[in-house]
Amino acid sequence: MSKIAPVLDIDAILDDENTRIIVCCGSGGVGKTTTAAALGLRAAERGRSVVVLTVDPAKRLAQSMGLTELDNIPRRVKGVGSHRDSRGDSRGGSQGELHAMMLDMKRTFDEIIEAHADPERARQILTNPFYQSLSSSFSGTQEYMAMEKLGQLRRSGDWDLIIVDTPPSRSALDFLDAPERLGRFLDGRLIRILMAPAKVGGRSAFKLLNAGFGIVAGALTKVLGAQVLKDIQMFVSALDAVFGGFRQRAEQTYKLLQAPGTAFVVVATPERDAIREASYFVERLAEERMPLAGLVINRLHRSPAPALSAARSTAAAEDLESRGEHELASAVLRLHAGRMQLAAREQREQEHFTSAHPTVPIAHVPAMAEDVHDLDGLREIGELLAS
Amino acid sequence: MSSRDTDWDGVRLHVVTGKGGTGKTTVAASLALALAAGGRKVLLVEVEGRQGIAQVFDLPPLPYEERKIAVAPGGGDVYALAIDPEEAMLDYLEMFYGLKRMGKALTRMGVVDFATTIAPGLRDVLVTGKTSEAVRRRDKAGRRVYDAIVMDAPPTGRITRFLNVTQEVAGLARVGPVKNHADLVRGVVASPETAVHFVSLLEEMPVQETLDGIAELHAAELPVGGIFINMVRPIGLPKDVLDAALKNHLDQAELALGLKAAGVVGGPDDASAIAQALAEEVTDHAHRMRLEKRERASLAKAGRPRYELPLLADGADLAGLYELAEAIRAQGAA
Repeated sequence: MSKIAPVLDIDAILDDENTRIIVCCGSGGVGKTTTAAALGLRAAERGRSVVVLTVDPAKRLAQSMGLTELDNIPRRVKGVGSHRDSRGDSRGGSQGELHAMMLDMKRTFDEIIEAHADPERARQILTNPFYQSLSSSFSGTQEYMAMEKLGQLRRSGDWDLIIVDTPPSRSALDFLDAPERLGRFLDGRLIRILMAPAKVGGRSAFKLLNAGFGIVAGALTKVLGAQVLKDIQMFVSALDAVFGGFRQRAEQTYKLLQAPGTAFVVVATPERDAIREASYFVERLAEERMPLAGLVINRLHRSPAPALSAARSTAAAEDLESRGEHELASAVLRLHAGRMQLAAREQREQEHFTSAHPTVPIAHVPAMAEDVHDLDGLREIGELLAS
Repeated sequence: MSSRDTDWDGVRLHVVTGKGGTGKTTVAASLALALAAGGRKVLLVEVEGRQGIAQVFDLPPLPYEERKIAVAPGGGDVYALAIDPEEAMLDYLEMFYGLKRMGKALTRMGVVDFATTIAPGLRDVLVTGKTSEAVRRRDKAGRRVYDAIVMDAPPTGRITRFLNVTQEVAGLARVGPVKNHADLVRGVVASPETAVHFVSLLEEMPVQETLDGIAELHAAELPVGGIFINMVRPIGLPKDVLDAALKNHLDQAELALGLKAAGVVGGPDDASAIAQALAEEVTDHAHRMRLEKRERASLAKAGRPRYELPLLADGADLAGLYELAEAIRAQGAA
């Protein structure tokens, strides 16, 4: 008994003016960025004003949208027209636009500091060696900054649809956790301990705290070295000024993601690992009360001759081979059997997902012979997503 | 040591990286089995907290503890360790400073959390440090505890930064204990006893990332190993058939006759309809083979040893790992 999932109606989501944010997420290598770009192009050609925010796209995909550098500036994509798809649907004369941008993580971080601290304090933070490594290499910074940028784009009101693809994280869930992790650090006991001497100015207002600090500071000095500890303390006290801003913005962005105008699209390939990750993601989004639109399964293998089963093909090929006849047909039947087996395995992976999450709508994109290099390729994927 | 000559004799730390979706964990697991074959002892290390090893071996989640998870063909043992950065930090404090009890206090205060999540590079140093310790470890008689270590490493996009630990902690510590520890780890990772292997597919993006990753490792003076080309499909059809398909010259009439002779079609209309559908499949396959040939040639330009691993019909299950291990041994990678 095969399980049938509801169909993910991409055009209904793209055409709905209430859809203001689409977040594409999933494990690495499943085609998130391509999906985000294809959705963006399709939405623009159906009349919406769209910006696609990408994080570290493959070079040729970036080029297909006219992007050449990571510069945080949305650039208009050329060659976007009003579009008539294969069914002849078109959204009247309305003319959409597509912009695309690549995230510059460090610049985004610097801008937050500059916006929330006075110039002297900002300078102290920006030149601190600890901040410099944090802003360019902390594994959660990219996730955090992608969410921050999303919030900024939304507040600017310049686009009526923002599509974001999430960073290629260690785990697909990192981008949801990063803001909280940074927040936990900023609110944590460690910070208060590190801040304590600066705040009380040497007078031990809290004996217990200071005694605790002495022991911890001693251990930290031993392990990290005195200079590192000094840098951290300087960094933390300078950053104190912008804490409130950080927390507030992280919370705002989080609420934005929960709002009804947001649609999460989970992307997977029909492989066990990717589907498992997609399942985790769907569960996690439900836990966080984030609105899930559905699942996109990329690179699905199908056969144009589905009625001829793998078993019958194999048997027929064996028969021809034993008779030594029709070499072409027997080789083609073997090829077809392999294809049908692959399709069946992919179907099973998808059914596992659907039995665990029967209400999650699914859209499919068949495997293509070549990678996408241009707008025509993205347009084709958009059409497949919507069909 | 076995008496067979392999391409990586003398290498004790095998770091396996690859773009997401290429089957990095599966290849790392198979390589561990292949290296253990014939009575050796191999440790398979996981560093990203994804419990990928447990999943490919169909086991419950692994703890932060070296435990035997598989027996290799011919009687070797594969042990596994899922490195948790927090535990590695406590280990480190105890091993180098005798600060076990302090470790607990530091955990409560959020110091360990801070060090392993926020402090730049420290997490990577702890993880690679724990791995290096296993590489160097000797028993009481002075013998190596493990014949080889296989690390299921972060993806290609992050591998150089991950292994280039001295550079990584430079922002955090230019002098002092962290720096000293990083230098020690670097000594192991950059030595001829280490090889960083890449897992790729015959597809454009993974191939490009592999070539970029190799160039980055060279620039960072880290030791590049081989390229494991994963999920390779058999060519399946003679060259002249593929060429004809690319030009849309496949003999559909002959194909239809063959289908009829095999008894898989109804009437003549059915035969030509199915022949046409199958011809479409052949054309698709021919395009794919042409692309794979091009990507294979690109990978060859890297000038590294290459190994081809077949696409597993039933996915990467336990039996599949042994099949891949056999392919790895047959090609001399282990």
